[in-house]
Order: sequence, then structure tokens, then C-alpha cells
Amino acid sequence: MVNIVWALLIFVGLLTAAALGNMENVTQIILDSAIDAAELCLKLSGIYALWLGLMRVAQKSALVDFLANKMTILMKPLFPDIPLKHPAMGSMAMNIMANVLGIGNAAAPFGLKAMSELQNLNTQKDRATNAMCMFLVINTASVQLIPTTVIAIRSAAGSIAPAEIIGSTLLATILSFTVAIAVVKKLERYF
Amino acid sequence: MSNLISEVSAYAIPVLIFIILGYAWLKGVNVYEAFVEGAGEGVTTILRVFPYLVAMFMAIGIFRSSGAMEIFIMLLTPMAETVGIPAELIPLALIRPLSGMASAGILSELFKVSGPDSLIGRTASTVVGSTETVFYTLSLYFGSIGISKVRHTLWAALFADSVGFVASIAICRMIFGD
Repeated sequence: MVNIVWALLIFVGLLTAAALGNMENVTQIILDSAIDAAELCLKLSGIYALWLGLMRVAQKSALVDFLANKMTILMKPLFPDIPLKHPAMGSMAMNIMANVLGIGNAAAPFGLKAMSELQNLNTQKDRATNAMCMFLVINTASVQLIPTTVIAIRSAAGSIAPAEIIGSTLLATILSFTVAIAVVKKLERYF
Repeated sequence: MSNLISEVSAYAIPVLIFIILGYAWLKGVNVYEAFVEGAGEGVTTILRVFPYLVAMFMAIGIFRSSGAMEIFIMLLTPMAETVGIPAELIPLALIRPLSGMASAGILSELFKVSGPDSLIGRTASTVVGSTETVFYTLSLYFGSIGISKVRHTLWAALFADSVGFVASIAICRMIFGD
């Protein structure tokens, strides 16, 4: 599926550029985007190292287990196939917390770690399990308590009340989160 | 309120670090060694993600810079307006699933035109806060572990995102509209 979307973006883009005589610009962007990706990776590797380092400390002190335990009521119905004591539960709990609190740059390293732990339980290595699908969708449809990035952009734009959108965002995300869970649960039988 | 929030944001990460390290210290964990051991995973994690980032950046870059994006926006705008979606939000709706950085840019542009405290500014803020870079997250998370059969994930995630989008417009109209 990603395969089709990816190829379509490129084919449609290239054909449009040819039709509009925009090729020179596109060529530059193609080369720039590869460099941008490398630069972003270099920066992110520092951020990932920081959070994964802290996560290991929190694992060794059993703080992660403690957190996962506290979130059992939420996690157990969402991920019925994953044993409660499995390390994936801890990583997913950390990822969900980071997402809700708006620490976006911590959510990704925790999430990627959770994914590789979920893969250990997967018997068909190229096919997503129900738990993976659920985890991914609640990542993209996470409840946002503090939308940090948006508040920062509003602040920079000179808003008189940058944090004013916290309430509306919370309401909208609670709604999309609930719908997301319902849709994933409903669809997992058919795919 | 916003002062309090920025104050809280400034303290969030330092406090978190203090709690994690303090708790581990009390439990007798060698915090330095544990941190270094975990941090070592940073580079390996990034290396697994790197090729997917290049692929995504390239495809999105081509699509946007070719002019295809604008054509899509032009085609979608009249349709969206008939169902009550403000035209200003269409570019945001299209870019949001693809790229977080680009949608942050669009949001800033929109603030310059309409102001962050206008109804449209607040609505756009709520939209960005309640939706996510679905394609990017999906390709990164599944790519990093070699999953190619993503099943219903893309549809479910895009559907949830559109619910967030529509809900933002409706909620902001109720709370901030006059």
C-alpha cells in the first residue's frame, strides 16, 4: 500500500513537472531532499541516543514496568495478544505517555523500540500483527494534552494566547482517538 | 495561562530526567552505565530508519515542487467549500499526512495572513494538533522492522486523521466562533 502511494507521488509529480516545464526545480529538490534526510538523521541520532539512554535507565530501575502496570487498564484491552510482562508493553507505555505530553522527539525512539519488540512476537515477519496495527494507529491518532509544537508556532507568530487551543485540541483528539480504536478493531478481521 | 504553559514546558524535560535518574539512583542502578548502554541504540535505530526517510523526503519533495500539489488543492477547494470546510485549510489537510515540517511551515504562513488568534488561525492550530504525519510515521515504524504488508493500518489512520480534521473545524466553530 505504501508502495503504491509512494510511486504515485513520484509518477504524478514527475509528469506534472514535465507538463508545466518545472523540471529544473524538481531536480534540485530531489537532490536536496536526500541531503535533508541525511542531515535530519544526524540530528535525530543525538535525540534518539538521549531518550533511549534515559529509557534504559528507567528500565533498569523498573520505572518502565511501574508505568506500564499503571496503564494496564488501557493497554490490556488494546493489545490483548501481548503478554502483560512483555518488554513491548513498557516501550509502548512510554511512547503513549510521550505522545500525550507532546514530547514528540521522545515518542519516535520509544515507538521504534516498541515496534522491534513487537516484531519478536510476530510469526509472519513481513505482515503487521493486530497489535502493531493498533499501536501505529494510536500513534497517529494520539490524544494530545499539550500540543507543544503548535503552541510554539503560535507563540512565534505573536499570538496573545498561544495555549488557547489546548481545550479544542484535546476534545478533537479524544474524538479521533476513540474513532481510531473502533475502526482498527473493526477492520482487523477483514485484512 | 500561556506563561504557565511555557513555564511548564521549560521544566518538563529537566524534571523528567531528574525523576528517571533519581529513582534509578535510589534503586542502586549504575545510572551512567545504563544511560550509555541505552544511548548506543540511538545510532542503530536511526540507521534502520534512514533509507525510509530518504525515500519519503524524495517523493514528497517531487510531489510538492512539481506543482502537482497546487493542482490538487485547486481541484479540491470548491468541493471542500461546498461541505463547509474553509478553503484556507485545504493545503494543510493535504500536506499534514505527508510531512510535519511542511505543515508547520504552512501553519506559520497562514498565521501571517490571518493572524494566530483569528477563528481560522485557531482552527488551523487545532487541526495541526489533532492530526499526524500518517505516511511518514507508517513508513518509518513499519519500515524499521521490515513489514511490507501493513493491512488496514493506512486506511484506519487516514480515517482517524480526517475525523480529527473535521472535529477540529466543528469544535473551533462552537468554542471560538461568534
